[in-house]
Amino acid sequence: MKGYLRKDGRKGIRNIIVVAYLVECAHHVARQIVSGFADQDIHLVGFSGCAPNDYAYKMMQNLCTHPNVGAVLLVSLGCENFNRTQLAKYISESGRPVKKLVIQENGGTLSSVKRGKSVVKTFKSELNNVERVDFEMSDLVVGTICGGSDATSGFTANPSIGKAFDQLVAKGAICMFEEPGELIGCEHLMAERAENEALGKELVACIKKADNYYKAMGHDSFSEGNAVGGLTTIEEKSLGAYSKSGSLPIQALIRPGEIPTASGLYFMDVVPDGPPLWGFPNINDNAEIVEMIASGCHIILFSTGRGSVVGSAISPVIKVCGNPKTYENLSGDMDINSGKIITEGASLNALGDEIVALITAVVDGKKTKSEQLGHQEFSLGYKYFQYGKKNCDL
Amino acid sequence: MKNSIRLHSDDNIVIALKDFKKGSCFEFNSEKIVLQQSISFGHKIAVVPISKHSKILKYGLSIGSATEEILPGAHVHSHNLKTDYVLSQEK
Repeated sequence: MKGYLRKDGRKGIRNIIVVAYLVECAHHVARQIVSGFADQDIHLVGFSGCAPNDYAYKMMQNLCTHPNVGAVLLVSLGCENFNRTQLAKYISESGRPVKKLVIQENGGTLSSVKRGKSVVKTFKSELNNVERVDFEMSDLVVGTICGGSDATSGFTANPSIGKAFDQLVAKGAICMFEEPGELIGCEHLMAERAENEALGKELVACIKKADNYYKAMGHDSFSEGNAVGGLTTIEEKSLGAYSKSGSLPIQALIRPGEIPTASGLYFMDVVPDGPPLWGFPNINDNAEIVEMIASGCHIILFSTGRGSVVGSAISPVIKVCGNPKTYENLSGDMDINSGKIITEGASLNALGDEIVALITAVVDGKKTKSEQLGHQEFSLGYKYFQYGKKNCDL
Repeated sequence: MKNSIRLHSDDNIVIALKDFKKGSCFEFNSEKIVLQQSISFGHKIAVVPISKHSKILKYGLSIGSATEEILPGAHVHSHNLKTDYVLSQEK
């Protein structure tokens, strides 16, 4: 496999220019800049809020210096609270070309769009010179989430992703799974898989935090629809989601934006610390995808049963569909048909092999379905984390 | 089409991969299992005798305990399986 070598030593699988708005007021100008380019390697990301937020800043910082990103244009209105100077300095220190475009200092919308397009053109020619180097499994970071799940997700798509995770970690990759709110009832099993006893306690504390948080949001994780679909207990439902993680030991718990460096399986705690403050931990699937990309993921494995169509800015999304009827219906959006387990009696191991083979091809440039269709969803909200502190101690 | 899937070799249940009618049968480990009820796609079917209070295993892991004796071919759901999970608030 081949990748793009960045000056900070990290290796990407795409060579993307990011145009980032730093407040909603700069969103339109940023979008106009991006829409002027027909090719899909110019991606739009941003933070809508005007009031500052440490978590959102950390996400933006990590996204703008993601290994798939080669250059960054920051689009600012001018009076928002986001610290654009600090962000530009951070990006520059990573060796990536970066420019700030302040709309209030550039004569407004039209002249800012014109200037922004010319900056992007310059970036494009610079990115043609990025060095291509060997990309090993040990350079790869893969995350997984599920969305639009149905009764099949737990016994086709999710466990086939678990098989792929086992193979990837064995070959030296970093893999991560998340969403403690979907794992209530699995904490004792996660603790048994933890690398050490302290991590086991931390995982249990993390699930307990999630249970409290979601209860405060009035959200019950087990629904009547689950029972109609054949699920009986909360631990059974959670095991379905948990099966995405495979069977290998859990190395560490990370929070969004913390970037693992050693091979292994990691668990991401996406539920904010402290009392519920800004609503649901993640308002949609893309908010979770963004957090995993901010923690270094080159590729996201997205398990679905009812059929999500989303992709993402910055990193390719591979859709693993568990329901054969959905696959038939939405085949233009789905990358892997785990429903073959039902229709053809395919084994979970065979599906795991198929996912790993596709990952290898995607690293080498093959476009996923959502990339081909131009999906570049992005979502980033407010959160609070006490980075560096353990759940056990909070 | 496959009729059922067993997710782990330790499991005492399989998942129905089609809607089964009462009295229909399927093969499990070369033994014929006759369904005691109609069982819908995605639901659980006992494939070995399960005694009261013993664990129901799916993915090789416990999803709760049997509230009564369960015979092969029986539907396993809320009428004969209950959670063992103690909510974290109550621990």
